[in-house]
Amino acid sequence: MIEAMRWMLWREIALAMRRKTEVLTTLFFFIIVVSLFPLGVGPEKETLSQIAPGVLWVAALLASMLSLNRLYAEDYLDGTLEQFLLGAQPLALLVFSKILAHWLLTGLPLVLMSPVLGMQLGLDVDSILLMALTLLIGTPALSLIGSVGAGLTLGVRGGGVLLALLVLPLYIPVLIFGSGAVDAARTGVGADAHLSILGAISVLAALLAPWASAAALRISLD
Amino acid sequence: MQIFTKAFWLQLSSPKVFYPVAGKLAPWFAIAAAILFVIGLYVGFFVAPPDYQQKDSYRIMFIHVPLAWMAMFVYIVMCGYAAIGLIWKTRLSTMMASALAPTGAMLTFLGLWTGALWGKPTWGAYWVWDARLTSFLILLFLYMGYMALENAIDDPQRASRASALLGLVGIVNIPIIYFSVKWWNTLHQGMSVSTSGISMEPSMKIAMFTLAFAVWFYTIAIALTRVRSIILERERHAAWVVDLAKAGGR
Amino acid sequence: MWNSASDFFAMGGYAFYVWGSYGVVFLFFAMEIALVIRRKRTILQRIARIARMNRE
Repeated sequence: MIEAMRWMLWREIALAMRRKTEVLTTLFFFIIVVSLFPLGVGPEKETLSQIAPGVLWVAALLASMLSLNRLYAEDYLDGTLEQFLLGAQPLALLVFSKILAHWLLTGLPLVLMSPVLGMQLGLDVDSILLMALTLLIGTPALSLIGSVGAGLTLGVRGGGVLLALLVLPLYIPVLIFGSGAVDAARTGVGADAHLSILGAISVLAALLAPWASAAALRISLD
Repeated sequence: MQIFTKAFWLQLSSPKVFYPVAGKLAPWFAIAAAILFVIGLYVGFFVAPPDYQQKDSYRIMFIHVPLAWMAMFVYIVMCGYAAIGLIWKTRLSTMMASALAPTGAMLTFLGLWTGALWGKPTWGAYWVWDARLTSFLILLFLYMGYMALENAIDDPQRASRASALLGLVGIVNIPIIYFSVKWWNTLHQGMSVSTSGISMEPSMKIAMFTLAFAVWFYTIAIALTRVRSIILERERHAAWVVDLAKAGGR
Repeated sequence: MWNSASDFFAMGGYAFYVWGSYGVVFLFFAMEIALVIRRKRTILQRIARIARMNRE
């Protein structure tokens, strides 16, 4: 079972490595969205550092959501997904590996990129590190929750926009606690509670989302 | 009594049996709703005295609060039906869930609308990012997602099961969303507003609860009528539906 | 409580808010009722038409 999960993980990463542009597209989308804000809001350092956590998180939400479409689409089109469904391994575990791969390929690059963008927006070092930490803890939840939506909208016409409509409201708690942590630290309240809750959300999502995604895939392929 | 046997209820879950039953029940709920609306509005506008602080603007509360209650209640009932349909694969339950969704979304929208019109004279703004308002906005998004997913999938069987699963995911998330929005709101102090400064007189309570029941019965009447259309649409190849249509409805 | 009909409709100066709320609520209710009834009639007519076509 563990073997199957590890195999799935390597398969996903190997496939993605063959099409590096897709990984890079998500990352560049993230960078572009964040860079648009100073152009829209104005270059005042005060304002920018004030809104930076929210901007980074919203951009991360959108970037992670945009890449969800591809999570199951290709396996669905070439019939591989059907094989997984019929296979001996529990579907939820395979799904978990796929989500993990998705996070490694889209979530993790965002986390690694965020300090640079935080600097651009005039955050101080403490805030930047905290920001990266919240993204590290919170982005797995985005991939996990999003995978349920991706499963449900598989092969549906207008799937991309629909996916956004389904998934974004469910992302709200992650957004609140993710961007709230930096605010809390700045006002002196301390970010511990935010980080714990963010972690709890990710753990809860890790426990429930693979099963829900597996159920969604079964419905979609029925 | 027939009502107490299990067979009776199992039979009722068949669309064919339920169709005429819903047709018989709906008018009664509609009449009850109409009567309750008249009573509630009469008490609300002619018996309840003006509030000493908010004067007559508080009368919006009589319809706003019932709408808000029912918007939440309908979501829970809808997800309950969805869950039953998903677990026991009863077709009628998923049909009921899809019959409730549009009304629930409408009630949520109207709750926001009346809330905005009440908020302007009370707080001086149509919209504030208060915890309740924000969670209600999110509730509207959840309804929209539910209906969008159901409409996007052509196969009704798959559509109802997919939206049912989404409803279940939503219901797990609602407490988390509400809690997080509340937390977010307390963090950004200065925006929170106390919702009611109204000392409730008995006549005010009567008006509000009467209208709450009125909205409830209205929702039931509408859902029963809509579920009949859904039954016809999904069972359109069944012999009894064709015979019914040929006989001119009823 | 109300001295005249115009007094009632003025709602103590809050006419726009109060009638704006109740008006829209009942407008929506009326529209939903009409839509629900029409939907059922339409589907019955369509099924009857298809049945006739199949017979011919």
